[in-house]
Amino acid sequence: MEKYLYIALFAPIVGSLIAALFAQSPKNLFTGILTSGLIFVSFVSSMILLNYVDMDTIVHVEMMDWISAGNLSIPFGFVVDQVSVIMMVTVTLVSTIVHIYSIGYMEHDESFNRFFSWLSAFVFSMMILVMSDNFVGLFIGWEGVGLCSWGLIGFWYKKHSASWAANEAFIMNRIADLGMLMGLFLIYWNIGSLQYDIVFANIVNLDLDIVSWIGIFLFIGAMGKSAQFPLHTWLADAMEGPTPVSALIHAATMVTAGVYLVIRCGEIYALIPDVGMFIASLGAFVAVFAASMALVNRDLKRIIAYSTLSQLGYMFVAAGLGAYWIALFHLMTHAFFKSLLFLGAGNVMHAMDGELDIKKMGGLYKSMRPTAILMSIASVALAGIYPLAGFFSKDKILEVAFNDASYFLWGALFVGAGLTAFYSFRLVMLVFFGEKVHEKLGYHPHEAQPFVIYALTPLALLAIVAGFFEHSFHEFTTQLLADYEFTLDHSVALMLIFATSAIALSGIAFAVYNYKRGGFSEKIENWGVYKLLSNQYYIPKLYDVAIMKPFTALSRFAWLNIDNKIVDATVDMIARVIYGGGEKARKMQSGNLSSMLRWMVVGIVVLLALAIFYRPMV
Amino acid sequence: MITLTHYLVLSAILFSIGLVGVMRRKNLLMLFFSTEILLNAVNVGFVAVGHYYGDLSGQMFAFFIIAVAASEIAVGLGLLILWYKKTGSTDLDTLNMMKG
Amino acid sequence: MFEVIAFYTFSILTIIMFGIVVFSKNALYAMSALAGGMIFISGFFFLLGAEFLGVVQIVVYSGAVMALYAFGMMFFDTTRDVKENIHYKKVLYSLSIISAVLIVIIMSAPIYSANIESLYPSVIEGVGNIQMVGLVLFTKYLIPFELAAVMLLVSMISGILLVSKRMEMNLTQEDHYEEKGEII
Repeated sequence: MEKYLYIALFAPIVGSLIAALFAQSPKNLFTGILTSGLIFVSFVSSMILLNYVDMDTIVHVEMMDWISAGNLSIPFGFVVDQVSVIMMVTVTLVSTIVHIYSIGYMEHDESFNRFFSWLSAFVFSMMILVMSDNFVGLFIGWEGVGLCSWGLIGFWYKKHSASWAANEAFIMNRIADLGMLMGLFLIYWNIGSLQYDIVFANIVNLDLDIVSWIGIFLFIGAMGKSAQFPLHTWLADAMEGPTPVSALIHAATMVTAGVYLVIRCGEIYALIPDVGMFIASLGAFVAVFAASMALVNRDLKRIIAYSTLSQLGYMFVAAGLGAYWIALFHLMTHAFFKSLLFLGAGNVMHAMDGELDIKKMGGLYKSMRPTAILMSIASVALAGIYPLAGFFSKDKILEVAFNDASYFLWGALFVGAGLTAFYSFRLVMLVFFGEKVHEKLGYHPHEAQPFVIYALTPLALLAIVAGFFEHSFHEFTTQLLADYEFTLDHSVALMLIFATSAIALSGIAFAVYNYKRGGFSEKIENWGVYKLLSNQYYIPKLYDVAIMKPFTALSRFAWLNIDNKIVDATVDMIARVIYGGGEKARKMQSGNLSSMLRWMVVGIVVLLALAIFYRPMV
Repeated sequence: MITLTHYLVLSAILFSIGLVGVMRRKNLLMLFFSTEILLNAVNVGFVAVGHYYGDLSGQMFAFFIIAVAASEIAVGLGLLILWYKKTGSTDLDTLNMMKG
Repeated sequence: MFEVIAFYTFSILTIIMFGIVVFSKNALYAMSALAGGMIFISGFFFLLGAEFLGVVQIVVYSGAVMALYAFGMMFFDTTRDVKENIHYKKVLYSLSIISAVLIVIIMSAPIYSANIESLYPSVIEGVGNIQMVGLVLFTKYLIPFELAAVMLLVSMISGILLVSKRMEMNLTQEDHYEEKGEII
């Protein structure tokens, strides 16, 4: 079985390295097919491992010694257990589809090969992240996905906004990574090891304050990666990258790494319910907060990005309340329908020649039927309508919130569910139905290539059926994760399900009804609330004014005064002294033997003086 | 009673005289004389130390220094004569071919 | 007592002689003074019980080296005073005085406190200095001795070559002529 582990882990990097060889050469279809094939191999291996792993058998290998310095000993170890195998399957499945999709999507891009190299490298980093058996390996993968995300957001680096967004994402993640590193240091300091099993075995012996700090710091890391408030701004800006990247990284895999971290460290968070409560509250807040921003946004991809944010909030609610398997379940189902949504959006975007404003689309159903159907399926799944995948996982999360007697959280999530349904169908309606605005603007939409559509069908299928695996999923993952006990009455649960479905349906109905008639009037745009939402609560502006401007001013000050006048001046002065000294000392080199002999005597005198007066410290 | 210090001070004085010569003299031949003085000053020191420590090594070193001095003079004087034949002068100040 | 008188006498004489060497304007005076100084130095060697070295000093320096110098000086015009324009006299003397003081301090300071006297007389009963020197030189210092011999040989050959070969031409031109001759 180790063989499959290594294949699953290393197949992506092989593809990435081979594609990287052709990074500078013109488009080569071979690289796309090769990397897709290798990711598929990785997916197959992951599936085999999924079948293999059960109650007693997990695959745990130590490839080699990696860091051993003093007391610190970190082997290059990988573990395939119930959690990581789920992540592996999810990641490789979505990656495979995104790779195949990208062959069509990036068809006319001059950096076709480079794209596949980065994309496969990302999958490799993600695999390291989920498969590592220690925190350091996790951190390496964590930074690796951050790097690949930077390279992919800024893939069209000639566009200023793209490179700006890439840097923003990278820097925001660095801020959070500092928190995560602090957490790792605390763990190492107090436990002396970074292996998961050792850490989790010993964490109970620690002081509760320290455990709280560890939990908080680790969660700060998770906040950055999963774009939770207040570090959320990068995710919407990250939509500058190619759409397959958004689908893979900013919907299905990388942003869920934070959730994965919290799930993985469940045994830590189980000890500190207060921190867990905070995580859940923040998650619920983000769920509503992001959904509200999605209500008014006109950018196709940003809407989906905010919806991702909101769904991440749902996952954190579940994880924070201790329902780890539900968080993981929602993570998986969300990966399916959200990447489907993104990839469909990519098709639309292609059809509209890169136009993203949904108000300029409309009535695309006629020209892009398969895409419209796929995106509708994904939207229904996202909204949480029975029997699609979103229904099962999202309802479970609401149930958990209710079960935990956190009615406030439940209320927030409940509102969020309604908002989700509304904005999903606002999008679908504005893009695919209604008035054909695009014809007036002179666009000639065309459907994507057939193989792209075929590649999307597995995702659509999974978005429909994944929910029915709930029970087997539950059994499988709770072998490792702590189970969550529902104390709710069956009737109450059923009522909750109905209530949630009702609000989701009413959200959909409201959207369909409203946009069928041509949507809201233009007046609404002058409302204060609308402005607040469309400006993303003025948070980017706030960051700009409160952080970036002062920081720029500070940097300018440091540049002009400290760097130019102190550091540079010091360096220049050293150079001038040396130059001047050389100019003066040049006269010494007169070629006259007699004066050379004199200088020699001067040297002797100096050395003698040193011999007398200099006493080295003993 | 004459102690080792006496000899070493004497040696130091002789060495300093040699140094003055090295610095002061501009005539190459005189420069050679000065180096002889330096070597002899060191010799006195060696032999004195060897004597006071009851070790013959001091004398051995002095012996080898004499040998070195002899060969130095043989070669150096040869070069000096060549130089004199070429330039007609043994003045150090004319010897500045090394000036860059 | 005898030792003290001898030491101071020789010291003063040596210093005077070497002073003449350094300060005299006449090359011949300087050379003669140097020869005298060398002989007085050998006096110290006798005082220190190094008879063999004293003899060698007289033979090599006063004999061989001085003879070499004398022959060498035949090439130069020695009757004239040596003209030397000395710059920066103050620097020169202050430098030499400083170095002298420093050397004296270094030499005297550690030994003055220890105040070593002849603790281990090097003279073993019945064995003379020359015998001892021979024993040490041909056992412990055999290889340096041989090396010194080779070095002397090399310097002798080089001295002969440098001075004797076609004295009327200078060395750099010589090769030039030979090459031309061969070509033609």
